[in-house]
Amino acid sequence: MSPQEHEGGSAAGQHADAHKVSHTRGGGPGGAFNVVGKARRRVDGRAKVTGQTRFADDLVLPRMLYMKLLRSPHPHARIVKIDASRALAHPSVKCVLTGKDVPIPYGILPVSQDEHALCLDKVRHVGDPVAAVVATTEDEAEAALALVDVEYELLDTIADPEDALSKPEPRIHDYGDDGNVHKRVAFEFGDVEAGLAASDRVFEDVLFFEGNTHLPIEQHATLAAVDENGRVVVYSSTQTPHYLHRALVKALGLPGARIRVIATPNGGGFGGKSDPFNHEVAAAKAALVTGRPVKVSLNREEVFYCHRGRHPVLMRFRTGVSHEGKLQAMSLETLLDGGAYGSYGVASTFYTGALQTVTYQVPRYAFRGCRTFTNKPACGPKRGHGTVQPRFGQEVQLDKIAVALGKDPADLRLMQLAQAGDLTANYLKLGTIGLRECIEKVVEGSGWRDKWQKLPYGKGVGLACSSYLCGAGLPIYWNDMPHSGVQLRLDRMGGVTCFCGATEIGQGSDDVLANMVAEVLGIDPADVQLVTGQTDVTPIDLGSYSSRVTMMAGNAAIQAAERARDLIAGPAAKKLGIPRDRVAFQDRRVFDVEDPSKGLTFEEAIVVAEAEHGTLGTVGSYKPPQSPAKFKGGGVGPSPTYSYSAAVVEVEVDPATGWIHVEKIWIAHDIGRALNPVLARGQVEGSVYMGLGEALYEESAFRRLPQKLSRANVHKFPSMLEYKSPTTLDMPEVVTYIVEDPDAQGPFGAKEVGQGPLLPIMPAVANAVFDAVGVRVDRCPITPEDVLRALDDKAKGGAGRVGPAAFPAIGWPEPLKVPPPWEGGDGTAVNQKPRRSRPAAAGK
Amino acid sequence: MMRVPPFKYVAPKTIAEAARALRDAGPEGMLLAGGTDLLPNMKRRQQTPKVVIGLSAVKDLRASLRGADGAVTLGAGLSLTDTARSPLVADAAYRALTTAASKVATPHIQAMGTLGGNLCLDTRCNYYDQNHEWRQAIDFCKKAPGPHGTAQREVTHGTCWVAPGSPRCWAVSSTDTAPALVALGAEVTLVSADGERRVPVLSLYKNDGMDYLAGKRRDEVLTAVHVPALVGWRSTYWKLRRRGSFDFPVLSVAAALRLGPGGVVEGARVTLGSVASCPLEVTTDALVGRPLTDEAIAAFADHAAKPARPLDNTDYHLSWRKRVVREYVVGALRELRGDPPGLLARSAARVLPVLA
Ligand SMILES: Cc1cc2nc3c(=O)[nH]c(=O)nc-3n(C[C@H](O)[C@H](O)[C@H](O)COP(=O)(O)OP(=O)(O)OC[C@H]3O[C@@H](n4cnc5c(N)ncnc54)[C@H](O)[C@@H]3O)c2cc1C
Ligand code: SF4
Repeated sequence: MSPQEHEGGSAAGQHADAHKVSHTRGGGPGGAFNVVGKARRRVDGRAKVTGQTRFADDLVLPRMLYMKLLRSPHPHARIVKIDASRALAHPSVKCVLTGKDVPIPYGILPVSQDEHALCLDKVRHVGDPVAAVVATTEDEAEAALALVDVEYELLDTIADPEDALSKPEPRIHDYGDDGNVHKRVAFEFGDVEAGLAASDRVFEDVLFFEGNTHLPIEQHATLAAVDENGRVVVYSSTQTPHYLHRALVKALGLPGARIRVIATPNGGGFGGKSDPFNHEVAAAKAALVTGRPVKVSLNREEVFYCHRGRHPVLMRFRTGVSHEGKLQAMSLETLLDGGAYGSYGVASTFYTGALQTVTYQVPRYAFRGCRTFTNKPACGPKRGHGTVQPRFGQEVQLDKIAVALGKDPADLRLMQLAQAGDLTANYLKLGTIGLRECIEKVVEGSGWRDKWQKLPYGKGVGLACSSYLCGAGLPIYWNDMPHSGVQLRLDRMGGVTCFCGATEIGQGSDDVLANMVAEVLGIDPADVQLVTGQTDVTPIDLGSYSSRVTMMAGNAAIQAAERARDLIAGPAAKKLGIPRDRVAFQDRRVFDVEDPSKGLTFEEAIVVAEAEHGTLGTVGSYKPPQSPAKFKGGGVGPSPTYSYSAAVVEVEVDPATGWIHVEKIWIAHDIGRALNPVLARGQVEGSVYMGLGEALYEESAFRRLPQKLSRANVHKFPSMLEYKSPTTLDMPEVVTYIVEDPDAQGPFGAKEVGQGPLLPIMPAVANAVFDAVGVRVDRCPITPEDVLRALDDKAKGGAGRVGPAAFPAIGWPEPLKVPPPWEGGDGTAVNQKPRRSRPAAAGK
Repeated sequence: MMRVPPFKYVAPKTIAEAARALRDAGPEGMLLAGGTDLLPNMKRRQQTPKVVIGLSAVKDLRASLRGADGAVTLGAGLSLTDTARSPLVADAAYRALTTAASKVATPHIQAMGTLGGNLCLDTRCNYYDQNHEWRQAIDFCKKAPGPHGTAQREVTHGTCWVAPGSPRCWAVSSTDTAPALVALGAEVTLVSADGERRVPVLSLYKNDGMDYLAGKRRDEVLTAVHVPALVGWRSTYWKLRRRGSFDFPVLSVAAALRLGPGGVVEGARVTLGSVASCPLEVTTDALVGRPLTDEAIAAFADHAAKPARPLDNTDYHLSWRKRVVREYVVGALRELRGDPPGLLARSAARVLPVLA
């Protein structure tokens, strides 16, 4: 039985366990939309372009001190001794902190509490902080760093996963699976080996995706102070104020009520500001010690040391297909270079295997993933968290399958798309799927049918698809509470204040909140006063990661706004002398649908409601539906629904040099519903831009020196000049199609758009290069050097491919065996005692 | 943010004052024109002059004129933007220079950076153009040994990490305008407290990453660039870099050509940039006196690529950069022959339209 047959009866959105009623109709009369779907200037746009937005580094408090961190010049060393006496003697130095002043470890995931504000006994990468110097000016703090004397005992460097697998000693951490292996995971959904054996053809591909970083324009900054009431207040450019709050509670040993975290607007985050960072904890501690405000502003090189960027991933796909190209079984192995700390890494590892099943029907699926520790800045969540690398592999392999079978890659995909409402082999419950329309749009728009395999040598087109979560189904720490909460306060002057813990990182979360509230109450988004990202004032939202804010804060805002509407509607109806169900909200008026001239202004309506109910306020909250996956580790991947994208990239490649020129990109994204089409387009184009950087230029590459002379292992170029992010001149024309297939789970049917559209770009570029010059670059980024090497290889009679040769032996554990739904499975593993699924982790 | 270390600032108003100030400051003094090279270097602590002599008030450094013989003099203090737009060099003969100037860094930096500063640009290397802290992590290198006592292991103070066995520094000459000016046969005027001299641009440089400006004495101010009248010549400049803006060249080809009747080459000058510690002039005897056929171009390109010696200290893999030299020489000559631009020409030319 194919998955499609099994799921044949289920229609989009009929999630048995869904908590939320669908909101696919607007708040206006007859379900018309007031605000949703209208292209508007974002509510925070004016402040951003006029410079009124105050980022963390803009904040200044009286008597403020400055902190600088002394960082390790060694990739791996034991700290023998730290002597800060010379620094403390400096007249303007107010305090020097070292590891023993803040000895409690913390970390974003409960399973990886392996970080310290300042290294306690060991340094694990160049840039790991060992001391914090606080002085009256930044220059003096910087100068005094040289006065802190640190004695190190050097340890051997573990430079990459191969090193980590072959050298269990010296261990970077004293926890993890064994040696320098952080985590191995293995799952099998059906008998994949039998599935491969029964397939007409089996394709095996080993590919590599190099690490890269977020490169937000705003460098991280934090200002910590002790407020009038003796509480520690921490202003920081963080995407996750709640998780930072939790880390501070732990590391400072203070009750949560004595700490306030205020997330300042982020000048870009992309996942790079989702961990609690050492400079944040150290600044808070320094504020407590000195009793004065302490600011730390990282320079660009330090941002590269914070990192948490894309994991370098080596991957092996073994995929069985029928003669027609139908997928029969797929086995995926991934090897991740985690860097020096856990960060979100366990979640990232799961994510490298989570979403292979949500775009095309995969009847049997096996996944094995392994994360290693290495002496480099920690990897973590970057836009598309963990799913980007295997999506590259999968889409490139599909292209190879299509070519080998003589099929059009678009048709190969169209013939086996996952269906709305499917439960996948690995127990992900799908919502609506606009992927067919996405593919059709880009195929038609690009003239694909006249171009693929038909353009002259040197020119080519490539196609790829993708999907992404609309919010992680589980929180990072185990709890039964809502993932997002919204509080509304309505005042008799007509103002509505919306309180929510969500963090504006440039993605437009403030605009979404204003949009939802204004839609339901029939007011202008500009009338909604937003208070966001302040742990002492706003209800908790887990943070701006995993494309969750529109879905979760959006639904919570709708609930709160509907409750407010209900509070107003009754008294307004009474005042107007009409039945309650005839009350409509639109254009800042509350009126009779049958006689719109009969009505109240929004202010008047609030006044009658406040007179009747007393002070007006409501709350709303959201928790995602329970996942059908009940096996251990099944907590990573579930989401209320999934977004879909498809892209066609056209390139020209110079055969003499391998130079790649991207001519034009067509991209279609299934967003469910575009709440604000301008913002939606901005996110799609921004994703294309970032994807193009990953496809062609960006590498978090490291440099070792001749090992006879040095153990150094440094980031090759921690600067914006040499870390090559595309410029305006490198950006091709982009044609964007917004596909709207409303999903019952989403606020007014909306799905995510912040991450998904990035994913198809890299594989589409790789596939286009093949179409242009007939060589395969099985690694990303795809550089002219690689193209030329592949062309040389082909000219010499080789396969015309560059990429990794083999996948190393990992020593996989026995996989958890979970039969897929169509083989009688119920979401539990047959070789594991059934129990409630735990949040192994969740992530961006 | 990284900050500039403290220094004393001197602001002369005339060339003579500048030259005296430079002499008086001795080895502790450096000139500051646009500051787009010197200030980042000071922030990274690669160069830490105690006395900085600012040239922005020296009006004479911005004077330009065309002489009776048609030769053009450009003041060394002219911004790169003004150089690229100067009507004195609008002729196709000077296109190598105007193109080179318009491809330096970004439009903002072109507005600040000067022609003189560009010719005196520090050589570049991925082991050197880094923060002090980063260089400390590799124990510094020959070109900029760490301050005494900061290195972790004193022994490596003198190592060149690009070529550890080598006695010299291989940092790369990365100026865009120098190869162009060499190909145009330009000269410069150097003024010191005790006199003035005029020398060919090429003679300023030495193939040594540390002593790259051996042809100019420390106490000399570069005041002007002289480009000869180039009747019947045309020139071009091809710059290789990963992105269309920002990036320093990792290879450049400046070519100037005079074609006679029947397309016979009457004169040719080709210079390579960014493949050594100085611009490399290529002998062009094989081109002169015959038509510019595909075969002639191909044979010349093989010859021209030979002296290029890229090392692993810039963007891109060195073997690829070496391979591309040939293709860039071919492309530049074909462009001068009048061939329609191909993909490489178009990507080499990625440049913002000049706003009027
Ligand atoms: C992000 C970035 C990208 C860049 N990209 C490029 C590029 O693509 N190509 C390129 O060529 N350059 C590039 N540069 C370097 C620099 O901007 C240019 O070379 C510029 O022309 C330097 O001129 P300036 O006037 O700013 O020099 P300054 O920084 O003022 O001086 C540079 C050097 O020249 C000396 N000097 C200046 N004027 C004189 C004079 N009249 N006589 C004697 N010595 C003098 C100074 O003492 C100093 O050593 C880049 C710089 C940055 C920051
Ligand atoms: S070439 Fe060698 S000596 Fe010169 S800057 Fe680079 S590493 Fe240092």
